[in-house]
Formats: sequence, structure tokens, C-alpha cells
Amino acid sequence: MTDTTRPPRPMGAYRPFFKRAALTACLLAIAPLGMAATLRIDNSAEPGTLDPQKTSGTWETRIVRELFETLVSQDAKGDLVPGLASHWQLSDDGLTWTLELRDDAQWSDGQPLTAGDAVFSLRRLLKPELAAHNANLYYPIKNARAINAGEAAPETLGVHALDDHHLEIRLERPTAWFLQAIAMPEAAPLPEHVLKESERWIVPGNTVVSGPFKLSEWSPQDHITLDKNERYYDADKVSLDEVILYPLEEATAALNRFRTGALDISYTSVPGGRFQQLRQELGDALRVSPLVGEYFYMFNLKPDSPLGDIRVREALNLATRREVITDQLLGMGQTPSYWLVPRVTEGGTKGEMPMAQLSMDKRMARAHELMKAAGFGPNNPVKLTLRYNTLEDHKKIAVALAAMWKPLGVEVSLVNAEAASHYAAIREGDFQLARYGMVATINDPYDFLGSYTTGGSAARSSGYHDETYDQLVEQSSETIDTGERAELLTRAQQRLLDDYALLPLYDYITTALVSERVHGWEPSPMDVHPLRYISIEE
Amino acid sequence: MTSSSGAHDTHAASGTGRDAADHLQGGGGPNPPQAPVAQPGESLAREAWRRLRHNRAAMASLVLLALMAVICIAGPWFMPWDLAEVDWNAFGVAPTLEGQHWLGTDANGRDLLTRTLYGGRVSLSVALVATLVSLVIGVLYGAISGYVGGRTDNLMMRFVDIMYSLPFMFLVILLMVVFGRNIFLIYAAIGAVEWLDMARIVRGQTLSLKRREFIEAAHALGVRDSKIVTRHLIPNSIGPVIIYVTLTVPKVILLESFLSFLGLGVQEPLTSWGVLISEGTSNMQGAPWMLIVPATFLAVTLFCLNFLGDGLRDALDPRTR
Amino acid sequence: MLSYIAKRLAMAIPTLLIVITASFFLMRVAPGGPFDGERQLPPEIEANLMAAYHLDEPLPMQYLRYMGNLVQGDFGPSFKYKDFSVTDLIAQGFPVSLELGGLAIVLALLLGIPMGVMAALRRNSTVDYLLMGTALGGIAVPNFVIAPLMALFFGVILGWLPVGGWNGGALPNLVLPVVALAIQQIAYIARMMRASMIEVLGSHFIRTARAKGLNERQVIWRHALRPAMLPVLSYLGPAIAGIITGSVVIEQIFGLPGIGRYFVQGALNRDYTLVMGTVVFYGILIVLMNLIVDLLYSLFDPQIRYDD
Repeated sequence: MTDTTRPPRPMGAYRPFFKRAALTACLLAIAPLGMAATLRIDNSAEPGTLDPQKTSGTWETRIVRELFETLVSQDAKGDLVPGLASHWQLSDDGLTWTLELRDDAQWSDGQPLTAGDAVFSLRRLLKPELAAHNANLYYPIKNARAINAGEAAPETLGVHALDDHHLEIRLERPTAWFLQAIAMPEAAPLPEHVLKESERWIVPGNTVVSGPFKLSEWSPQDHITLDKNERYYDADKVSLDEVILYPLEEATAALNRFRTGALDISYTSVPGGRFQQLRQELGDALRVSPLVGEYFYMFNLKPDSPLGDIRVREALNLATRREVITDQLLGMGQTPSYWLVPRVTEGGTKGEMPMAQLSMDKRMARAHELMKAAGFGPNNPVKLTLRYNTLEDHKKIAVALAAMWKPLGVEVSLVNAEAASHYAAIREGDFQLARYGMVATINDPYDFLGSYTTGGSAARSSGYHDETYDQLVEQSSETIDTGERAELLTRAQQRLLDDYALLPLYDYITTALVSERVHGWEPSPMDVHPLRYISIEE
Repeated sequence: MTSSSGAHDTHAASGTGRDAADHLQGGGGPNPPQAPVAQPGESLAREAWRRLRHNRAAMASLVLLALMAVICIAGPWFMPWDLAEVDWNAFGVAPTLEGQHWLGTDANGRDLLTRTLYGGRVSLSVALVATLVSLVIGVLYGAISGYVGGRTDNLMMRFVDIMYSLPFMFLVILLMVVFGRNIFLIYAAIGAVEWLDMARIVRGQTLSLKRREFIEAAHALGVRDSKIVTRHLIPNSIGPVIIYVTLTVPKVILLESFLSFLGLGVQEPLTSWGVLISEGTSNMQGAPWMLIVPATFLAVTLFCLNFLGDGLRDALDPRTR
Repeated sequence: MLSYIAKRLAMAIPTLLIVITASFFLMRVAPGGPFDGERQLPPEIEANLMAAYHLDEPLPMQYLRYMGNLVQGDFGPSFKYKDFSVTDLIAQGFPVSLELGGLAIVLALLLGIPMGVMAALRRNSTVDYLLMGTALGGIAVPNFVIAPLMALFFGVILGWLPVGGWNGGALPNLVLPVVALAIQQIAYIARMMRASMIEVLGSHFIRTARAKGLNERQVIWRHALRPAMLPVLSYLGPAIAGIITGSVVIEQIFGLPGIGRYFVQGALNRDYTLVMGTVVFYGILIVLMNLIVDLLYSLFDPQIRYDD
């Protein structure tokens, strides 16, 4: 009603992230047997771009990974396996990677794919004009940061083609997680011969690709169709002939379509309030798996904030009944957390906040003591403003937190805002307590801990600063030995947790709906499900 | 003639505006001239009230609306639960007669009846103020634009076009940046938008009415323009205006929840019917009462407003006086 | 008449210019920018992005640049949908919204006007209460409630119609979204039609017509209907501009590739170029629709003239 007469179309914005799909699917489903194997996926959102170097979200990389094969690839579970590079090797000083490319790799237009394409691609990625969101992951490469800042020419990048099939990457310093970065679509080789001609090169039906699928149709906000790329080096192992992706954002819309059989896989999160009911109805089709991501509240630690006082921060952590949030409010199997680095992250980081071992009674008793010591209590309440971005689950949690802290004499005013305003406020440090979520870009503790090092995004917003912490994280990055590195990272995280520098709530999970006709779909902590391993029953 | 519009016709004997004008020109006649000119405002209101009192549907609606307002204003004081109070043992429970939550709880374990009553305070006051603002601005603006006509009309209506075209969300954000976070802003912002339709409708009516003989007659008699607008043009457009007001109310109540989404409306733990309804929509299949309870309050209010609107229209119609 | 149209069209240019200018600066007052998201970008990268989109220039400079491009018909690239220009996005989505919205309006007029007339003729009868009660239901229940229920009932439970999707505009896919869009409009039109019909039926010239012995059907359709349409017509101008530019609610619930989402999401994403594109597009439609309505006035009521 409100949305008919004026551009704002008010009610709609309630579902901030939706998309839509098309029904071609239905017709295809009743197509004659013996036809091509078609998989219909709800991709959860409309991709902003299919240029692998400009992407910023899973709904983009999910497609881009199928179009452009990376040097180091991922298997059905998300583990690193050979891709375009059949072998790789790190020098003893940890500074030089040498990758050997397969000799049967080619572009979809028949041109050979060479190490030169890889060099071209990484130089392009770091050009400031390209403004790649994830360029910083490649700063460990020699000269990369200077190039990205416009202070050096792209040709000075420490990446060289030794010959058509050998690539050498020199680093500024040893970097334990660098192979993860090489496995990202940003670093996938790009067809230099095409890009030299035009920067408008993502053209449906005509994009030159290297991966198992080609882009055959792209109708914005409607659907994207991928067709099998017969020139892909492993084409005979790819079972699907065609994949149609619909950008459905609305959970109920995606669910309804899955129920009517118009979708084989849905990546839109299922509606939270109905999880138990859906679990009964859908059984094994509803897949819930841990995700490398953490849901927490950021504290503003700057001295003028009441949260600059560690006693208040600990008290809030003590009085937060995480199980109530995960079991009663959300009920989808999230793990309550007392840490920043999700447990499912690779790299073996351990540790938790010291208070986690206390019983609830002891926690509350201690919380009251701490608040009293800090000079607050029912007669002298501490007033806090809590910010969250508008979303049903965020609201539920914020409301519950305010109620949980009330007995401590904490008066919380809740302030919600749409996402852009919310994150702008965080960026500018204009908050006391702010809802925040971190989902890993690379499956490594550094992705979380790095943000709290001086100059990192969380440190800039929250005002966290600890030199020992910085040193430990720094050292861990340069340590190649896995065990030793895990030890350093655990120590670093422990400093953060001993400081109660944040309010962790739970480790993320991710949901997917996968039809029983689909085979080869595996849970993966980075939510990567390469289509080449997936098949569908007729 | 059919008997279908009977009730109306019995009153219509006193003549339309056109009749009145005819009589004016003819130096008076058996019927009094256009009532609004000849009679003082007070007796007009009394007359309208008398008519309204005889309309049973309208009176029942008026009583029910008043009751709704009283319940929403006073009700929360008598509720065993507070607006923000969480019942840790009752997250999203269904309505029961035995339990403590007659109309169930929301997903956070807060009593839904209590919240719906508090929400009614916000929604009813937003509806009242925003609708009044849009009514006053829209009717005056439209009537002036249509009556003066020509260049003025053109300029005034182009301003309306501009207001229609500006992106509403940024307009509201601008208000917030200038005036800070404030609940009165909601009223202002919504009122600032909703008068546009009203202005276009009243202008359309005025364009049509101003060429009628009774207006031209009043003009010829030297009645002041301001009086013609307020005493003739506006009363004669009252039908569409009242109907559009009753249509504006639900629009305004739901628009408020969009502002709350942006963070510019009510903030938790305070709520409104629009916010409760959109929360309820997301729980529609698992917990239908979260939608049904606030939606019922809204629907009852709208039905009452509708009958009251129809009754008011009849009571105020200048032709039936 | 022609000179009036020409004058109005000439007025459209300064009108749109004001809309564009005001919107351009208005949207920049809002906190947050196109690159504010859950992942905060390192300063170097943010600087690169700002430079790439000329957001590092002073605002007046950006305005001039935008106007310069606009004069050449270039709305610029979308910040969010980087592989498409704003023109592409609107050009691909508008036909969808136009088809859905156009059908919804036709449906609303075909049902709403007879409903209103019938209710007015049988005033205060059971038929009247039934019709107006139904209409009120359409107003009281917002479309974000009714649309998912329709999808669930007709799509999932009964399986008669697809639950969503565009499918190139196939008829079965159109039914639910068009009906969902139309419900509200039917209700609005029926309510307004009833009110103004009652008004017109009570007026002197209708009674004259009846006295002349015209039959009721002629009286209603030939004499009463057109003047009674005036308020509906006033309402329809902006309403049509709104409906044919899509509804984000309907598009999301039924998964349709219309442009309604761009109005809301463009703003939420601070996709400045997309916001401006939608503002200009919508502004043109508003100006045009209101012009058409003003011209139609004189067709529906010959007493309305604009030649002064």
C-alpha cells in the first residue's frame, strides 16, 4: 500500500536483501528426459560484478569461481587442491613461491593459458585504478602495497613468468596464509589477450573463461545461466551441463520455490523463526554447517567511554547469557562463543575469556561486584547506547542484551539504523557498543586477529591498542611452522580476551537447502561448493 | 429514479450548489442560499453533529474509536507487564486464557498485548497528526492552486511534482540531520509527504467547481476570494477529501514502520502497530498471533474510521443541508 | 491546447533540473557511503575506490561532472552493479515493471470503478456494505502480508500457479503479482469512486437529466460517470507513475526483475548514480502523468479550461 504512490516504496525495504528469480526452471524441469543435466540454484543475491577482481561477496565468488579457475583450487569441502598449478613450492626462507602450471590449460576461445596471464592478472589487481576491494590480501607480494597506493609502476610487482608454465612470486616477508590468497578468485589468471582489447569484457555469451563453466546468459535481477565449458582441462569430470542461478533474497520466496521443486539448491538463509518447523518438514534437505564467522559486539574502548573500564566490560560479558541467545532466540545450532576466532577456523587457535568457566550464579555475583567497584549500581546506573543495523535477528539479540544487563544497573538505549549508516558510525568510532559480524575472507585466524592490530579496521573503530598483541600477530604471520604459529596466535587472542576488548556472542553457522537429487554437495566452512563436484539425478 | 440513493435524495431537496446560485441570481427563493455563506460556523457544526448523531454506524464507530484510544492510552497502566519486560520462560508463546500472556508474547518473550497497546499510542498519534497536517496543507494548497489558476496554479503544481520526485528516504534523513532524532520528526516527515495527493485531488475538484454558476455568482456578489475558497470550494470538495483521509490513515501507519526500519522512527523497546505488523509478517507461519494481534487492532481502527468518514461526509455535505 | 502542452513541457525542464539538483545534494547529506559495509576497507583501498568514482573531488565539482554526463544522456555506471550502467539496469527492468504495473492498473480500473458505482447506487444496502467491506480489507491488509500468503496458498499448497519468477513474462507467472499489486488499487479506486458518485448523483444536473426522462443507465454512464471520475483521475496520475515503476515488496516476494527494488536498495546501498537514475526517471514520469491527468480533466469535465 505504501509502496504504490511514491518512489521510496517503504514497506519493501523491510527485506533489505532480496532478489528474484525466474520460473524458466519449472519448464526445464518437465523437459524431455535424456536432456542436459541442469542444476537450479538460488544464489541469494544479484552479483554486483562478475569481474573476479572486483567481487566482494559470496554470491559473486560462487559464480566467478566457476568461470575462472584459480592457480590453487578448492575441493568440495573447501580444502586447497591443485588448480591451474599442478605443483607449488616455497623457498626455505619463506619468501619465494614457485608454481608450475598445467600444460593442458587453455582459454575458452582456444588460446593457451600461460604464466604470462597470471602475471598480467596480479598486476591488474593491484593497479589503483581498478580499486579492488581485496587488494590488501596481496600486499605481502613485493612492491604490491606501493603499486596499489600509486607509488610504483605495476611492472615492478614481484611476480614473474619464468617461462610459459612457471610462475614465481616474491614476497616482502614470509606470510603463512599466502597460499589461501592465491586460491582466491582475485588471483585467478585473466585472459590478457581479451583484456588488452577492452575493459568491458564480461559479456554474456562471449566472456573468455578458464573454468568449468561459461557465462551464457545474464539477465540482471532475473537469472544467470552457466553452460559447461568443454575446453576446461577437467571437463570430462564435470557432470552438470547447465546451471541456472536466481538471485532470490527473500527467505520465504526462496523456501517456497524450493518446496515446489523449482530449485535444487538454495543459499538464502532460511527464516530464523521457523527453523524447528523446517527441520521437521525438510529433514536432510536442510543443511546447517559451521561458517568461519563471528557475531560479536564491538566495545568502544576510548578513554571517555564507560567501556574504557575493563571492569564494566567484564561485567557485561559475565551477565550475557549466550545460551539464551543461541538456543531460545535463534535456535539454529550456533555455538555460544567466548572468543574472536571461530573454532572452525583453520590454524588451531584456542583460548577463551577467563570468565567462561564460571557457573551462571558466580558470573552474576562477580558482575555485580565489578560494577560496584567501577562505581556503578542500581542507584547510579551506567548509561550505554547500543547500535545495531536493522534486521529481525539483530533486533532480538539487542533487546535481549538490554534485558540481561538491566539487573546490573545498566541502562541501555537501543539505536537501530540501516546498514550504511550503521557501518559508517562504526567506521567513525561514533558508538559505545555496536553489533558487528566478521566473516572470513580467507580461512585463517589472521583474518580476525589482524583487524585488532594497530591500524586494523576493528582497532581503528574501537580504539584497541596493545603492543604485545601487535607483536604476537606480526610474528605469527611470519612463522611458517604450523604448531608454533598456532601457539603465537592463541597467545595473541588470549590478550584480547583477557582484556575483554569485545563481547563475543556466537560462531556463525550457514544454512542451505539441498534437494536429495543433488549429489556431491559437502558442507564447507568457507561456504565454497564448487559445481564441478556436484551432480544431479534425473 | 430508483430508490437506491433514497436517503440522500430526501435531503437533496434543499438544492445543490448550483441551485443555490440560481436562487441567488434570481434574488432569493423558497430555499435559503448556500448555507455556508449565510450561516455562522457554530450552527453549521451543530447541524452536522445533529446529522451525524442520527447515523448509527458512524456513532458506533466513533464510540469504538474513542474506546480504542482510551484503551491504548490508559491500558498499559493496568497491564501486569511492562513494555520492555522479558518473560524469560515465555519466548514466542501462543495466546492462552490460563497463562499470563492473554495474547501471547513476541519472539523476545515480551507481552504482546502490552506492546500492542503501547504501539497504538504511537500509531494513533502518528495517524492523527500526520493526517491532520496533510489534510490542512493539502486542502488549502490544492484549493488555492485550483482557484487562482493560471501561472500560480502552474507554479504551485510544479512544486508538487518536485516534491513527488524527491527521494523520500533522503528527505527524511535530511530532517534527522537538521533536527536530530526525534519522534515528532516522524509526524513532520510523513505529513510532508502525504499532503501531495490531497492537494492534487482538491485542486482537481476546485478546477471543476470554480466554473459552476454558484461560485461565479458569489464572485459577482463581491464575496472575497478567501471566503469563496473556505466557504464554497472546500466544503463542496469535502466528499473526496474525507474519503482520501480515511485512505491516508493506514498509509501513514505503515509508512511509519519504514522510518523505523531506517532508524528514524520509534526505537526499541518502544514500538508501533506498523512495526509490530512487519515483525509479525516475518513470523507469520510459525507464530501467526504476532501478526494477527496488531493487525486486528489496526483493522478495527480502519473500519471504524471508514464508517465515521462516510457519516461525516453525509453530515457535512453542503447540498444536503 | 497545443500551446498549453508545449508550455507545460517547457516547464518540465526547470522542474526536473530542480529535482535533480536537490536530490543530488540531498542524498549526500545522508551518513555512510557506497563502500560502507560489514567489511571495513583499509584506507588505501578506500582511497582508490573514492578516486575511481571521483568521490574524492569537491561536491560541486562532482555535481558539474554529473550534469555534464547527464546532458549527454549518460547516467554513469552503477556503484553496486558494476558490470551494468544505470541506463542498462533501468532499460532492462522497466519493461517488466511496466507490464506488471500496467496490468494491475487495468485490473484495478476494471474492477474498482464498477464496484464503486454499484456501491453508490445501492447505497447503505447489503451490496454496498459487502463491496466496501471487501475494499476496506484490501486497504487494511498491507501487500507484504497478502502477497506471501497468496504465494503460499496458490503456489505451494494448491500448486495452481508458480510461486514466483518472471519466466519471460509468461501468463501464469503474472497472475499472482498482478493481483497482489492491484488489490490495493482496486480498494482505493472503489472507495473514491463510490464517494464521488454519490456526490454527483445528488447534484442538480443529474436530477435534471432524470427529469428529462432519460433512463437510469444513460444517466449513470453518460452523465454521472465522467464527472465522478475526477478525484480518481487526480489520484491516478502519481499512482500510475508509482505502480509502473515497480514495487520492491512484490518484486522480492515473487522474485521479479523489475526496477522497484532500485528505488529502495539504491538508496540503502548509497548507490548514488543509481539513485539519481531512478529519481530522474521517476521525475519524468510524474511530470508526464500529471500533465496527462490535467489534459484529461477537460475531457471529463468540459468546464475545466487552461487557456488563461
